Parts: sequence; C-alpha cells; structure tokens
Amino acid sequence: MATGDFVAHSAHAHAAPQSFIRKWVFSLDHKVIGLQYYFLALTAVFVGMFLSLLMRIHLIWPNVSLPLFGEMKPETYLSLLTMHGTIMVFFVLTTAPQGGFGNYFLPIQIGAADMAFPVLNMLSFWITFVAFMVLLAAFVVTGGPPLHGWTGYAPLSALPSAGPGQGPGADLWITSIALFCIGALLSALNFITTTLDMRVKGMSMMRMPLTCWAWFITAILGLLAFGVLFAAGILLLLDRNVGTSFFVPLVIVNGQITAHRGGSPLLWQHLFWFFGHPEVYIAILPAMGLCSQLVSVFSRKPIFGYKAMVYAMLSIGILGFMVWGHHMFMSGISPYTAFAMSVMTMAIGVPSAIKTFNWLGTLWHGKIRFTPPMLFAIGFVSLFVSGGISGPFLAQPVLDIYLHESYFVIAHFHLIMGVASIFGIFAATYYWFPKMFGRMMNESLARWHFWFTFIGTYTIFMPMHYYGMAAGLRRYSQSTEVAYIHNLLPLQKFITYAAFVTIAGQFIFLFNLFWSMRHGERASDNPWEATTLEWTTTTPPPHDNFAGHTPVVYHGPYEYSVPGAPRDYVMQTDPAKIATVA
Amino acid sequence: MRSLFLIVAIGEPRGDTGILPPRLGGGDGDGRDDYDSSPNFEKRLRRARLGLLIGLTGILMIFVSFTSAYIVRQGLPTFDPRTNTMVRDWLPVRLPGILLLNTLVLLISSVTMELARRAARAQVSSIPGVSVGGEMRIFWLLLTLLLGLGFLRGQWLAWLQLTASGFHVAASPSSSFVYLLTGMHGAHLAGAILALLVAAGATVLRKPAESRAVVVDVTGWYWHSMALLWVYILCLLKFVR
Repeated sequence: MATGDFVAHSAHAHAAPQSFIRKWVFSLDHKVIGLQYYFLALTAVFVGMFLSLLMRIHLIWPNVSLPLFGEMKPETYLSLLTMHGTIMVFFVLTTAPQGGFGNYFLPIQIGAADMAFPVLNMLSFWITFVAFMVLLAAFVVTGGPPLHGWTGYAPLSALPSAGPGQGPGADLWITSIALFCIGALLSALNFITTTLDMRVKGMSMMRMPLTCWAWFITAILGLLAFGVLFAAGILLLLDRNVGTSFFVPLVIVNGQITAHRGGSPLLWQHLFWFFGHPEVYIAILPAMGLCSQLVSVFSRKPIFGYKAMVYAMLSIGILGFMVWGHHMFMSGISPYTAFAMSVMTMAIGVPSAIKTFNWLGTLWHGKIRFTPPMLFAIGFVSLFVSGGISGPFLAQPVLDIYLHESYFVIAHFHLIMGVASIFGIFAATYYWFPKMFGRMMNESLARWHFWFTFIGTYTIFMPMHYYGMAAGLRRYSQSTEVAYIHNLLPLQKFITYAAFVTIAGQFIFLFNLFWSMRHGERASDNPWEATTLEWTTTTPPPHDNFAGHTPVVYHGPYEYSVPGAPRDYVMQTDPAKIATVA
Repeated sequence: MRSLFLIVAIGEPRGDTGILPPRLGGGDGDGRDDYDSSPNFEKRLRRARLGLLIGLTGILMIFVSFTSAYIVRQGLPTFDPRTNTMVRDWLPVRLPGILLLNTLVLLISSVTMELARRAARAQVSSIPGVSVGGEMRIFWLLLTLLLGLGFLRGQWLAWLQLTASGFHVAASPSSSFVYLLTGMHGAHLAGAILALLVAAGATVLRKPAESRAVVVDVTGWYWHSMALLWVYILCLLKFVR
C-alpha cells in the first residue's frame, strides 16, 4: 500500500487566483467567464448594430459614401447583411443570455461553487472569442466578407468563384461557425452536467428557478443542434476546398462548368435548418425563463403555473426540432412534408400561449413594481406576442410562398427572435447588475432607455410588416429605383430614421452601464427583495459564491405574498416553519 | 367552534414547497462538496462520467448528421451534360483490406484500455489520497496508446491505398464519404490519444490515485465509444452502399 499526495480538490474546486491574467483573462471562475461572455456580446451587438445602420442608410440613400465602406456596391450590401446576421445570431443572441448570464447565475442559483468543469468552461469562452475574431477577419481579407447570408445557402456558399466575398471570406465565415459550434457544445455539456449533478441540498428540479430550467433546456437544444451545424460546416469546407460535391450540383459559374456533380443544395438547407430552428429557441428560451422570474418578483406573486411553465418550455424545445422544414416551403420540399411541418409549427403556438397566459396570470392582481427590469420583462411579453402572432401566418405554405422573400419575414423574426431576446438581455442586465457589480444602475436613465427602445422597436418593425405585405423584397441592396414599390419609399425612410433614433437610445444604456459601475448607488445584498439563492449571498458574490457556507433549500423559488409571513417574500433558504393564515 | 385559523407551513399551498428538503429526487449538494472535509471519489467519477455521456451525445449528433447526408446523397441522381440525362454517380468503393486489420487493432486496444481502467480503479482505496499498490500501472495505458497510434497509422495507409486505386477524395460521393467518416473518426480518436497521454502523465507524475482513476475511467469509456463508433462506420460503409 502506498500513499499518494492528498489534494482536496474535486473537479471544479479551485482557489481564488491572485494574478491579473488568471483572475481576469484565463479565469476558471464562472462569474468572470460570464462577464467575459457578456462583454464579448456587448462588443458584438454594437458591431452588428453599426452594420445594420449602414444597410439602412444605403437602402434610402444609395449614392451616399459610407464610413469604412465608401460607395456601396450590391455585393457589399450583401456582405454586411451576412455579417450582421451572423454576429447577431451567434455572438449576441446565443452568447449573452446563455454564456453570459447563464454562466454567472446558474451555479449560484442552484447553490454550487462553480460549473462542473471550470477548465472546459474557460475553453468554451476562448474558443468563442477566437471564433469572433476569425469572423471579423473576413472584413480584411481579399474580397471581404461572404455574400451568402447568415444561412450560408449552397451552392453560393460552396463555390469560391461565385462572388467577391466567396473566397477567403467565406472560408473564415465557415471556420468561425465551426469554432463557435465547438465552444457551444462544450458549454452545453457544462450546463447540463452542472444542472443535473450540482444542485445544493433541497434544490429538487421542481424547485429550480425558471431561469435555471431555461438554461438547462437551452443547453440540451444546443447539444443536439450545434453538432449538426458543425457537421454541415465540415461538409461545406470540403466542398469548397477539396472538390467534393455534397451540396453542389453541376453548376455554371462565369460561363464555366464547375467540377462539382450531383450535390444537393437542399441537403445543406435540411442540415442548416435542423440547427437553425432550435437556434431560435436557444436565443429566446433564456429570456422566457428570465421574464417568468421577473414577472413573479415584481408582481410580488408566485409564478402562475410553475409546472406548466416548465412543461411548456420542454414542449417548445421538443417541437422546435420537428419544424425545420417551414424554412424550406420555397425550396421545393414535398407538399406532405410541408403540411406536417406546418401543423407542427402551429402546434408550437400552444405552449407559447400557455407561457403568455401564465405571465399575464402572474401580473393579474399583482402588486406590480415598475422597475427597469420589470419594464423590459413586460416589453418582452409584448414583443413575444407581437412577433409571435405572425408566426402562424408564415407557418402556412400558401402564405409563406408569398411572404417568404419579403420584409414581412424580417419583421417577424426581428421582433420575436431578435429584439424580444435583446429585451431579455436588458432585463437581465438591470436585474442582476447590482449583484454583479455591487451598485444599482441609474433608474431614470434606464427608463429613458426602455421607452426609446420599446417605442423605437415598434416604429422600426411594424412598418416593415406592411412593407413586406406590399411585396417589398428582402436582400435587395436598394429599392429607390424599383418602380412598383416607389410609393413606399417614405416608409423605408421612416424605418431608417426610427433605426437612427433607437440605436442612439442604446448609448444611454451603454453610458448607464459603465457609469453605474463606478458611480451607481451602493446595492444591498437583496435590493429587489427576491427569494432565489443569488440574493442570499453578498454583493458581489465571493469567489466560492457563498463564502464557505453551504445553503440548504427549503422552498420553491416564487414564495411571494405568502399569507401570514412576516415579509411578502420567503427566501428559498429560509428554514422557519411559520404559522400562517390559511 | 372550529378555529378559522389553521396552522400550515409556508409553501404548502404552493404544492412543491415543503418545509423540509425532499429525500428523493432533489439536489444532494454535490456542487459544494469541495468545502466538505474531503473530495468524494465516487461523486467525482459520477460527474465526469455524466459529462462524458453528454459530450458523447454531441459527438453522436455529428455522426448522425453525416449518416443522414450519406443516405440522402446516395439516392441523388446527377445531371450528365454529355448525354443530357440524369445518371447515378455513386460508385461503390472497394474498401481496403487493411481496414479489417485496423478494426482488430482497435478492438484489442479497447480490451487493453479496459484493463488499464480497471487497474486504475483498483488503486483507489477507501481512504482519500491513499492508493493501493505502489507500482505504477502504466503498462496497459502505454499498450493502448501504441495500439491507438497503430490504428491511426493503419487508417492513413488505407487512405493511401484508396487514392492509389483511383478513389481520391473527390472522385465520387461515395469515396468522399469514406474519407470524411474515417477522417472525422480519426480526429476523435486522436482526442482520446491525447487524453491517454494526460492519463499516463498523471501516473508518471504520481498524481493522487483518485485523479488518475477518474481520468483513466472517462478516457476508457470514451475509447470504447470510439471503438463502437468505428464498427458502426465500417458497417455503414460496407453494407449501406
């Protein structure tokens, strides 16, 4: 028998680092990694917004010389469109809600000291960071970024000779997406293991805050979806660089027959959308979980139908994998397949409606506190309904064939997938900022930010629906000289002006964020009088989250206005058996 | 007169908020066991295995996607511009015989890996940090490593043989899939070899028996999974053509 060195470290235990590099750069602490994800997403969202503004300017003033890009050619417009979509979908909507807030708060909300695999967690972030850099590198290579949109449809994406951005720029785009997939898969692994295996004593699955459920289900979706996109990306890289024909049929480019034979562009679409539709829920589920949390906290009522909310999210997750074909009604799929996909898509309306009614049921007769996070949560519900209501229209093939290439689709998915999720990110920022930085954000500025963003969003995207119904086509670089929509040019101008104002409003948020870090009012440990575990620890949380103390959970996460209780909320860790009036 | 006031525990009206932590189905506080007195080997092992299982699900989805593409692509006709007709371009690939030898090598390596896994597990005693058996049981690990490298070398030779027989990567969609599936499997096995090196390093550096056992255990299960995956790929290439 031999004695080995005894090291009392489990897989996730690590001492608080002292050096700057280990503390803030290559950190293993889930809180620091969460912040890293958050600030990466913050950088990305401003890059993405800048690109969208350039597109909007070009749409109404096509001859204006733009900063960094000069006089814009149609292909430049398409490359901006590609980069805007890719940055926003992957590096903002997927990164901030899950990587940012999920990383920071999942372990604390379930009472763990860290994620299950801290080293993998750090790797996930740095792979995502490298993926972002690789994507941005497409701006500086010959030909610039690719033209094929964030969906990367083949054969355009598979042929380097198909356009100016389809050379190295497209290779960088695919590489970036493949790297992102690896980071997302590692992250999903960590989230699922942490949720299943690291809950503190008393924290049954059905006592988890709905935020944790949302991150958990999102991670499962990511685990099943990103592998498929990764596989598709590998096939696409081989088609481009090795001469295989997975996605490319016999095509003629610039008068030359290419060497490819027999590949199927539809195969790419199937693989892409098998990932792409769950991706919509990857973006929005965390916001749903957070919205549920906030509506309960600031209505001072238990969430209406906790279990129904959980099952609704699970149903949305499962159904989300059965509807990818509704993105392909225009692509030539069997009418029977289209019918099945259409029915399944409309079925998603059922759990979505359950969630919406439960949010409204929670608000009903609540003692509502209209704090900035609550405003954004209510804004989320509003956008979710407004954006979701056009979903059943597009789910029907006969209508989709008319609307698919129009701005109607742009308006639909920006409302429900884009801005609704962004509202979730804003709500999360205002809600958890005190816990993350120990100070409150300025409330007046936050309210100004909310109204700018809320009204701005509707003024941008509601007219876009009408523009689409009037057959305003998406992906066209300019519409000023197209006769049949000439009368709608004032509408396009209005949308661009609204975009200017709304984007300007985001600088209020940016200022508030950084100003409040140093000058905001000091936050108490539980400024919102909420019940979940993150509010039981100090502000900001210590390295091990609970300063060596092990919390034990006795209650569900939404014990508000309990009759007879001394306060209108009962912390999850409160062990007291208190006499109440039935 | 019956009192209008009932004494109830907070949370009872909500259904799932009993005053005491549930005995079954709840969190068991594993997330904070590092602040207890000692690392719990069984819990660490369980967590690592769970992580591996979830990771393997992600890898499985990659190969499910390839399989789906394989079957779809197989059934697609292609346009022949010389004859203006649709023709089939799926040429069945004659798989090199060395693949069978490689399979044998990989299966044997799975056996040696299992022996290494059991040996590492046997070194863990009931007292944390104390290992049973002083000699470094690295033999099975090194043998597995050699067999794994031998398998990869064999796969490379199979590629060379395929190219020599005219089935280069873009010659036919069928040959493209042979290179794709073998290449992706090889890349994943290379990851397992890296993990083996880490496990061997942990043994050489005399890391705690628990740490060694956890690394070797998950590497072992990953290795077995890759062996199983290879058998599946070989069957797919051999019989679904």
